[in-house]
Amino acid sequence: MLKYLAKRFLEMIPTLFGITLISFFIIHLAPGKPTDALSEMNPKMTPEARERLEKLYNLDKPVIVQYGMWLKRIVKLDFGESFSMDRRPVMQKIWDTKQPLLERRLFITFMLNLIAMIIILAIAIPIGISSATHQNTLYDKITTTTVFLGFAMPSFWLALLLMMLFGVYLDWLPISGLKSMSYDSLSVGGKVLDRLKHLVLPMFVAAFGGLAADSRYMRSSMLEVVRQDYVTVARAKGLPEKTVIYRHAFRNALLPLITLVGLSVPGLIGGSVIFENIFGIPGMGQLFFNGVMTRDYSLIMAILTIGAFLTLIGNLLADIGYMFADPRIRTGR
Amino acid sequence: MGMASSSTLIVILILMLLTPACKQKVKLPETAADLQTADDKPAYGDAIIEGVIGEPSNLIPMLASDSASHNVAGLIFNGLVKYDTDLSVIGDLAESWDISKDGLIITFHLRKGVKWTDGVEFTAGDVMFGYKTIIDEKTPSAYKEDFLQVKKAEVLDNYTFRVTYEKPFAPALTSWTSLVILPKHLLEGKDITKSDLVRNPVGLGPYKLAKWVSGQELILESNRDYFEGRPYIDRYIYKVIPDSATMFLVLKTGEVDTMGLTPIQYTKQTDNAFFKNSFRKYRYPAFSYTHLAFNQKHPWFRDKRVRQAMSYAIDKNEIVDVVLFGLGTPATGPYVPNTWPYNPNVRKYDFNPEKAIELLKEAGWQDRDGDGILDKDGRPFSFTILTNAGNNLRKNTATIIQSRLEKIGVKVEIRTVEWSTFVNQFIDKKRFEAVLLGWSIGLDADQYDIWHSSKTKEKELNFISYNNPEVDQLLEKGRRTFALEERKKAYFRIQEILADEVPYIFLYVPDATPIVHARIKNIKPTAIGISYNMPKWYVPKPLQRHTMVQ
Repeated sequence: MLKYLAKRFLEMIPTLFGITLISFFIIHLAPGKPTDALSEMNPKMTPEARERLEKLYNLDKPVIVQYGMWLKRIVKLDFGESFSMDRRPVMQKIWDTKQPLLERRLFITFMLNLIAMIIILAIAIPIGISSATHQNTLYDKITTTTVFLGFAMPSFWLALLLMMLFGVYLDWLPISGLKSMSYDSLSVGGKVLDRLKHLVLPMFVAAFGGLAADSRYMRSSMLEVVRQDYVTVARAKGLPEKTVIYRHAFRNALLPLITLVGLSVPGLIGGSVIFENIFGIPGMGQLFFNGVMTRDYSLIMAILTIGAFLTLIGNLLADIGYMFADPRIRTGR
Repeated sequence: MGMASSSTLIVILILMLLTPACKQKVKLPETAADLQTADDKPAYGDAIIEGVIGEPSNLIPMLASDSASHNVAGLIFNGLVKYDTDLSVIGDLAESWDISKDGLIITFHLRKGVKWTDGVEFTAGDVMFGYKTIIDEKTPSAYKEDFLQVKKAEVLDNYTFRVTYEKPFAPALTSWTSLVILPKHLLEGKDITKSDLVRNPVGLGPYKLAKWVSGQELILESNRDYFEGRPYIDRYIYKVIPDSATMFLVLKTGEVDTMGLTPIQYTKQTDNAFFKNSFRKYRYPAFSYTHLAFNQKHPWFRDKRVRQAMSYAIDKNEIVDVVLFGLGTPATGPYVPNTWPYNPNVRKYDFNPEKAIELLKEAGWQDRDGDGILDKDGRPFSFTILTNAGNNLRKNTATIIQSRLEKIGVKVEIRTVEWSTFVNQFIDKKRFEAVLLGWSIGLDADQYDIWHSSKTKEKELNFISYNNPEVDQLLEKGRRTFALEERKKAYFRIQEILADEVPYIFLYVPDATPIVHARIKNIKPTAIGISYNMPKWYVPKPLQRHTMVQ
């Protein structure tokens, strides 16, 4: 097992190297430079001043040299400084140690996505199973229609509708940000409740949109499993249907979902631009989007590298999860 | 735990959260009378919450390039001089100044007893320090150019600062704004870009930064020792809400007091009793204009008659009505109407498609093959209007222009490109036929960089390659004299030439349309907007909403 893990880790290094190299070059292929924000359409900017700026940030060197410089830093886990005008270290922007944990971008995005994922799984798995066991009944058709409605509905539109209803007309829920203006004056319980209230709408919208895929996966893999011989055997032995489904079929039906969950690990830190913009959530999606728009090379690279690393880790976790769930893999047969 | 019970738990949780908690909710006034208080006297206290799309990047003005940063920094720092409501220049940190007869030397006499918010006195040394910092080549500032014109800067004593220029330079006086006022005692010998002041500035303006939570909010507190008197409103809070539709909903719930409205929000969505009672809307021309610019190197657009024809074919009033819901003014040149450089008597192009067709015919454009599109030398008249993506007003404007030109037999394609690509691949390389863009107009009348023929290189602003020797001369004249009448003459003539030659079709000057909660009093709209006297805004005691959290 340990040998296997070590081997997998070693394999990651060249993969990561390849990913960063390709990303670095592609980012530099995009027209524009990080210094544009200062110099674009700006009468006060002479060509000399622009060259000075580019020199200051080493943008005048060949891309491969810049990559080398970046790589040298990255080995020390230093993601460098952001190219934007605040010149803060990139890590500070992603994980601001000066702020309480709850206000750090990476934490915010990670927590929101994790909660959303848990909600989605908690609802999608039962829906998937019951749809499979009640295949082609009215119930199956209703759930299918509902989850696809969520899948098809533009999230920004649904979000605005819900904001109108719960925020403006009913005045039950806050509609923007993560906490109220009066947050600092609240008691501990009040603070928790305040934050939870701010999460209701975003979580609902995220979950409603994400239900379709997971519940359909669960349904189809369950349908496949219940047709297997061993399930027929279990039923023939006279086991109650509940035991057949939950003891025997369920575990095997979960396998494809493990892969799915493993693959969504990098998504946990990705964040979503549209979603975060609508709800005014200062997460990674906004940060990354603005980084791309302003050609903030070091910030983009940092987020891509972390994302790539997590994707590989996610894959590894999925494989390990398989081992536990499926004895055939463990024994290498 | 079974699946069913966990789902039930979630449902219960959601229901719990939906029950209105007993928190102190701001009661929105039912009638206008609620906001008419007998006790309408100025009072200290309360807070204003402004909704903003983006947060600042850097609170040291000379390092910032985005408007969000400058807006916030504008409450924290002051300049030596500032613009009065009629666009004349008045003193700010400088009590007075003298300009030598030849216009080369400006001597500023500074106010005495002004203190930085850390208690240290502001002196001419701070101005000198700021000047040296901005011209330092290690300072990545976008505003160097005006200061590189200075030949010599001297501190005569603690309250007198003198600068000498190579040549007379009219925009020089107004370049001495908050860009170059920095606390020397905190920054001397430090790398300014890495200084703590970038995110935690020490200024001497009406407000000081109390708290900044990235991506969420900035809280400014009033500077009680502000040299023009303590501001009435205790806190100015910027709440970051990146989506304007969401921001509007937040305004409705009372969590935000002020924001900039879109034309449709201003005309349609706030036209009801609730908004009329609780809010006041303001409207004044913004300092910018939108235009359609023709590449002067393009063989078709080299012909003045073609450009004039386009002007006749486009109905500016229609664009203002449809795109801006009437919230703007048709533009006739590169200045805002009713400001001193604006010339009202230039050639106007009223909507006249017949005249357009006639002019195009003179220039050799006719529909010879009967396909409905004009042609010349066997080539149909079709060109592309390029604009940047993500700006709906511009896209809609382009669409209206497209339909109008189609009617006179000119085929138009519209292409929108992401901003960085737009600038680097198309504008800088002059790869365009016509561009739909807007310019912000500085408060000084000098527009040398946009129209002078020496400014046509890559990355410079005369990207349409406009070249007119008379305009070149007038631009020189306009920036080399301080005499207002002389300058006015030069800029009036420039507008006449531009109106005749149509290098741009000046489309419209949009209105700025802020909305502010009605409890906030003493807002007086002027040509430069409403925020100039913000420290003098107040909320009468009975109407105050937000108390300080101690």
